[in-house]
Order: sequence, then C-alpha cells, then structure tokens
Amino acid sequence: MSEVEKPEVLITGAGGALAQNVINQLKEQYRVVLVDFRRRVQFDEGMSSYRVEYNKRGFEDIFRKHDIQAVIHLGRMGLYESTHRNRYNHNVLGTQRLLDLCHKYDVHQVIVLSTFFVYGASPYNSALISEDQPLKASELTMDLVDSVELENLANIYLWKYPELNITILRPCNIAGPGVLNSMSLLLSNSLAPVLIGFSPMMQFMHVEDIASAIVVAFKENHPGIYNVASDDWISYQEAVVQCGCTRLLIPSAPEGVPLRISKMLGLKAWPSYLINYYKYPVVIDGSLFNKTFNYKPKRSLDDIFSYYREKKALGIL
Amino acid sequence: MKIRSFLKRRLVSKETEAVVDKIPKPVGSFGYDAWGFNTEAYKIGISLFRPIYEKYFRVEVTGLENIPEDGRLLLIANHSGQLPIDGALIGYALATSPHAPRAVRAMIERFFPKAPFIGNILNEVGAVLGDPVNCAKMLDREEAIVVFPEGIRGSGKPWSQRYKLQRFGLGFMHLAVQTNTPIIPVGIVGCEETMPTLFHLNGLAKLLGMPYLPVTSPIPLPAKVHLHFGKPMVFEGPIETEDDAAINVERVKDEINTLIQSGLEARNGWFS
Repeated sequence: MSEVEKPEVLITGAGGALAQNVINQLKEQYRVVLVDFRRRVQFDEGMSSYRVEYNKRGFEDIFRKHDIQAVIHLGRMGLYESTHRNRYNHNVLGTQRLLDLCHKYDVHQVIVLSTFFVYGASPYNSALISEDQPLKASELTMDLVDSVELENLANIYLWKYPELNITILRPCNIAGPGVLNSMSLLLSNSLAPVLIGFSPMMQFMHVEDIASAIVVAFKENHPGIYNVASDDWISYQEAVVQCGCTRLLIPSAPEGVPLRISKMLGLKAWPSYLINYYKYPVVIDGSLFNKTFNYKPKRSLDDIFSYYREKKALGIL
Repeated sequence: MKIRSFLKRRLVSKETEAVVDKIPKPVGSFGYDAWGFNTEAYKIGISLFRPIYEKYFRVEVTGLENIPEDGRLLLIANHSGQLPIDGALIGYALATSPHAPRAVRAMIERFFPKAPFIGNILNEVGAVLGDPVNCAKMLDREEAIVVFPEGIRGSGKPWSQRYKLQRFGLGFMHLAVQTNTPIIPVGIVGCEETMPTLFHLNGLAKLLGMPYLPVTSPIPLPAKVHLHFGKPMVFEGPIETEDDAAINVERVKDEINTLIQSGLEARNGWFS
C-alpha cells in the first residue's frame, strides 16, 4: 500500500509514552496524524504533527486538511497537571469539541482512553468491578469530576452517534518506561507513602501492553465500554517494595490526617484527592475486553516492577 | 513482606505447607487473588489457628465427606459467639479436611474494611466483604463460600436467645439459584457458650461505629465446638417472588436446626 492510500488516523496526546507505543504499532499500516496540546511532537520524518488545543478554532483545520478515518483520543491533562477547572475545560469540553468534529467530518471510529479511577475507591467496593457498575469517583473529590464527566460525555456520543463507533477503555494502573502518571511517578521515587494498616489490592499493566490493547480495540472495532486489566493482583505495599521503594508510613487515623499530610507534602505522586485509592481497592474485571478482543497481556507484574527496581539500582530514577 | 517471610519461617511447618499446597486455589504471580487472599498469609493463618482449633476449642467435625472436592459451593451456617470465630473454625476444618481440602471464603461485616490492619489481614486469609456482587463473582470462579444469613442478628444475640435461629436473609438463596450452586447446611454447636452475653452497650457501640458491643467474657471461653456439615441441597429456579425464596430458605433453616439439635443432644456438656 502506498503512503497516499493508507487511511489516516489522528492520535491525541501524541507526546506521551503510551501514544508513542501506539504510533509505533500503527505507523506501517496507517498515516498517523499527531496532535498534542503541550508541544509539537517530532516522530518520523513526513508524519504530520500539530501542537493545538482541542478547544481552539485551529483544531478544526486538521480535520479539513486531512481525511481522518479514525481518532485515538489519548490526550488528557493529567491529574496533577493543573487546576480541576482547567482539566475540566481541556478534558471534558475539549473532548466534546473533538467528538463534534468527528461527527461533522464523518470519522468512522473513535477510541477514548478513560481510567479505572472513575469507579471511585470505597471500603464497600466489590472486587472485579465490571463495566456496568456505577461511576462513583466524583463522590470523592471535585478533582476527579473531569474523569467521570469525560466518560459520561463519551457515553452520550456512543449512543447518540453509533456511526462514530466509539470504544471507551478503562485501564488499570499504567506503568513502565516513560509513563508520567501519578502511580508511575510514585513507583519511581525512593520513598513511597503508605497508609498504616491499609494495603489495597491493585492491578498494573505495562505501557506496551496497554498500547497493544488500544491497537487491537482499534483494529477489531467492537464499540462499547471495556475495562482493561490483567488477571493478576498485588497489594499496594508489596508493589512499592517490589519497585525498590522504601515505605514512608503515614498515619491513617483519624480520617482527616492522611489528607492533611498529603496536602502538606504536596507530592505530585501522592496527591490528596487520590488518598482513598491507597486505602481501599478498586479491582476491575478485564474479562470482557480479553474475551471480545481475544487479548492477553504479555508483560508480567515482575516485568513492570523490575523496570523501576533496575532503574533505581542504576541511579537513573 | 519481611514480616510475612519471618512469620512463615517461624510458624509454618512442612506439613501445613503441604496441606495448603494441595488446595486448588488460583492466585496471581505474587500469590494474591482479586479479593486480597494471599497463599503465604493463609499458611501463617492456618498455623496460628491450629492450637486454637485443636487445643482450645477442641473442635469435633462430622460430615466433611459431604463437601465436594471442587466447584462452587455455599456453606450456610448458624452464627453465634459475638466474634466471627465460627467462620474461622469452618475455614480451618475445610482447609485441613482429609477428604477434599478447600480454601473457604467467609463474608465479613461492612465494619471491617475500614478497620486498619484487621481488614487487610482478614482479606489475606480469605475473608471478603459481604456483598452479593462479590459473592456472585467468587461463585463464578468456583469458590466455596461460608455465609451466615443471620448476620449480626445471629452473632450478637444475647444468652437468652442461644440456639434460636434468628431471621435469615434471603440473598443467599437467590444467589444459589442464579448461579446453580449447591448449598451445604452447617450446624455449629458450642460457639454460643464461648462468649455468653447478658446485654449490649448500644449507645457506646454506635459512638465507636461498631455493629454491637456486648457485655461478656473478656476473652472467648474454651467451650468445646462441634461442626456438623449436612448433605448438599440443590434448589432449582426460577425464583419468581420473595415468598418462593423464603420457602426455600426455610428448608435450609430447618436442616440447620436439625443439625444443631442432634449436635446438642450428642454433646455431654459445654466443655467436653
């Protein structure tokens, strides 16, 4: 297939480690258009790349200029990157603009990356939460409202415009080389805060496995909502030890104390609005995705943890 | 983790290790399952509980041959004794069964996940938050689950109500029918006498966020405990109304009552 005949796929958040992995897996078969709101991403020569915010008028020019067949929406303002109002504008209103443009320009498929955070961390969570469980994260804190709203928005478009073929993916903790989310930052540190007496079960997937999951969801196109998680679990405290971190013990009672300590520490890796996620489990059931897409992650938990361990041993992290 | 390794080295005998290793229990690469069960912690738990089971409560068991060696299973038992000792005794009996050892899961009250250390420790040895979704997911994974349908009505009842079964919740029957799970009725005799309770301090319990606070012996008394496992009961659906479920539940309750009464008749006294 010549370069001109290849279908065009727009990837947002192109500067992130996850997007880079996705681009690498798609670039042979597709013409990839890169979009990032932080910087103009340099990838392979000849690849179209734009630095633009989804809310700005210039964003539509990309749809006018290219014949976009599909969008893989990975670009989100991270939880620690800005105020929750800015995140709401970017993640929710920006995504609405993106979906409106997809509809206007006859895009045939949209993949939206969400997060397991939307389920909320509660002492009363059952394990293996399936996709039909309520999204309770916004009960916890205003800081997670944008995550839940982004999901709700994508859901509305999923049913309102079935021709967009929207697939929403809710992955567990993504970790590994280049990943800069709160959990990965925490595992990279030498000291990891832990709440005394609490060590919730957690799930982790390697960034390359999540990229493969996104690619398989894109290629096979079964619209819907899917958790993405491996069938392997570890307690939080054991995970940080496996990553070579020293546990920093934080009092867990009275209830307000860890919150105050987190605010005082001001760590990006351990933000106050995620405290409950280090206290109570949010274990998701990835079986629907695995069955629908015949998918199995390749990297083990130890592969993920050894990355952080080895980098620390070499003094790189 | 270091503590767990240390405890395992000090407490877990080769025999216990061999017994637990025989139990078919799917876990992940670090020995955990999705609910927080951990194989190593379970071995420590079994080792710590052995003297309590064998020497302190001197547990006698009948009917273990009724437990199938694999597949989903609901063990429905009477609840008593203020503390969830009865659940732990059933767990130990099944884990060390000479017929078909199984790692049984116990449903715990909503108070425990919020309690530091206790919640995690209970999870590691197999206890799980009592929740119908949890229960259904575990049955899907062919687990054996012990359920006390009386809940705190049973465990917290005063001395005057001993061996009188309290109202049973109907949830377990819906689950059994929906998931096509056999039920093993279990009659427990002896736990009522471990913590004889005159009354409860309800106001203080509410203040402390506890389900109840009994005025009772400071530690459980060494009453001899008898566990009687009945024959499997299978209920076919569909259950159209709550009355249908209640009729089936009464059959299970009757069976448990029969097991309790025969156990009471067979024993010589509280401590022998």
